[in-house]
Amino acid sequence: MSSRVKRKPRIAVFKFASCDGCQLSLLDAEDELLAVAGAFDIAYFPEASSTMLRGPYEIGLVEGSITTYHDAQRIQEIRHQCKSLITIGACATAGGIQALRNWKDVDEFIRVVYATPRYIETLKLSTPIAEHVPVNFELRGCPINKHQLIELITATLAGRKPNLPTYSVCIECKRKSNVCIAVAQGVPCLGPVTQAGCGALCPSFNRGCYGCYGPMESPNTESLSSQFRILDQSNADITRAFRGFNAWAWQFRKASEESERA
Amino acid sequence: MDGASVAERSLLTLQQLEHLILVLHRRGYEVIGPLVRDGAIVYDVVDRLSDLPAGWTDEQEAGRYRLQRRNDGALFGYVVGPQSWKKYLHPGEVRLLAAERHGQTLRILNNETTPPRRAFLGVRACELAAIAVQDRVLLGDRYRDSVYASRREGIFIVAVNCTQAAPTCFCTSMGTGPRVRSGYDLALTELVGPDKHEFVVEAGSEAGAEVSRELARATAAEDVCQQADAAVERAASQIKRRMDTTNIRELLYSNFDHPRWDNVAQRCLTCANCTMVCPTCFCTTVEDVSDITGTHAQRWRKWDSCFTQNFSYIHGGSVRSSGKSRYRQWMTHKLASWIDQFGSSGCVGCGRCISWCPVGIDITEEVRAIRESTTSSKESGHGNS
Repeated sequence: MSSRVKRKPRIAVFKFASCDGCQLSLLDAEDELLAVAGAFDIAYFPEASSTMLRGPYEIGLVEGSITTYHDAQRIQEIRHQCKSLITIGACATAGGIQALRNWKDVDEFIRVVYATPRYIETLKLSTPIAEHVPVNFELRGCPINKHQLIELITATLAGRKPNLPTYSVCIECKRKSNVCIAVAQGVPCLGPVTQAGCGALCPSFNRGCYGCYGPMESPNTESLSSQFRILDQSNADITRAFRGFNAWAWQFRKASEESERA
Repeated sequence: MDGASVAERSLLTLQQLEHLILVLHRRGYEVIGPLVRDGAIVYDVVDRLSDLPAGWTDEQEAGRYRLQRRNDGALFGYVVGPQSWKKYLHPGEVRLLAAERHGQTLRILNNETTPPRRAFLGVRACELAAIAVQDRVLLGDRYRDSVYASRREGIFIVAVNCTQAAPTCFCTSMGTGPRVRSGYDLALTELVGPDKHEFVVEAGSEAGAEVSRELARATAAEDVCQQADAAVERAASQIKRRMDTTNIRELLYSNFDHPRWDNVAQRCLTCANCTMVCPTCFCTTVEDVSDITGTHAQRWRKWDSCFTQNFSYIHGGSVRSSGKSRYRQWMTHKLASWIDQFGSSGCVGCGRCISWCPVGIDITEEVRAIRESTTSSKESGHGNS
């Protein structure tokens, strides 16, 4: 073994179009935060510290979607600086709630909303980071689950595969002994087509799943849409259900467009 | 397990049944029974008879379950809910071990606490059959699952004969119910009417007979026993759902490429709900987790499902990447290869996979579709149309 003191790996947190909720999950990880600070040099995290060390970084956490020309350039730079680029949250992994613009006329928004439209320079689409640069891992959620974030950072540090399931929310829900609200109450729930990770949060509180963690590994949105119709949901309801935080994830996008056309 | 006292049937009033829970508590059991929660009848700790779902029933069909009020105060006037006793015997999540690293030494902490001695109150015939299936899988043969064994050992089972059936029930096809046959300590048949509420009790073990003697003073009269038998018969005659199990092993083995698998795959969500609610599905996955300092680790065992991609993941990818291959794997294992593997069907006819499938896929219907088309294609093969 080398007698030199090993330099701590550097971690950086970058923000694009987003609400900051996901990067705050890191600060919210109170119990583990000191351990994270002990294991890493938190080199760049403007939300938390004014110290901004230059790259390269072992881990770059990226929050937010790409919505401007400037951001599309900036993510290329960041990719070069990060050994492992991890996108966190629905904005970074799917385009976020702001991807609802992708079905609308952005120029019209600019004309209507802003006093001086010429100051606004934006892209027509809100897109996930992986559409612009290669990404090492996508951590889903709106917001992400802090335990999943810590697991991902820990696994990356230890060089093992993270325990982050890609199966449905239903599995988490049933392991918790929850009663299925879709079957027992007729509540339209996106759980069967949504990836686990939240701990079946909404169904545990008697609400249908909103799909915050995006499409699960093999989502049969067509079958679930048919079931929603049986539960008296209109096509507009179904379109709205799939147009949430992960609206631009292709499987949800396809489902929402199909019900819009139906 | 033998002797006249075991076969004798006694009669309990509602008040005497109240004592059953007390007697079980006195014998050191934690009593688990049915109660109403979150719009369903679930299993959890019950402390007194009033915890039970008096006057409630369940209305079930494919993909649908609703609690309904009964017009009497029956305690066991429902069929089966979303949970099974698997919740206690083969838990959804269990920590297998924890480990600590001190410098170069690793300490394994085997800190599984001893599960409480439990009594199950209200176990149905199909559920007894399911426990027997899991016994064969997890206790029988060469492999013995210690997590299951430690929970299963010393369980006191108060079974209940069904006196009504749900449209999703098909225990009569699987030969598992509605009457309990074996594997219980006590078996109750509830008789409820405008002016009576009583229970015919049979002991199925010496422990059951002892408890029964503590509770009951009266022997059940011949006519009361007949009423109890008639009530169970009524439940049997209510069961309309059928699964023809004739040569089912050969049927499924020889229809690996049947177009029906594509048909069901269009509906199947691969969400795994059927396997989670199935009282015999036993698959688990093991996850190791470590903390960020690398000094603490835990090993967890969780319910897994053949409907996940990771389940069949080997070097290079998942063997069963399509929903079609996963549904086929589940149904063929449950109804066919289970027989080769464990000597019986893996299905007990409880109907949970039908009720709790979010899109109402019906295993009996899938078998029928394959069987009928196979029969008709044979017929047409003879040139008759």
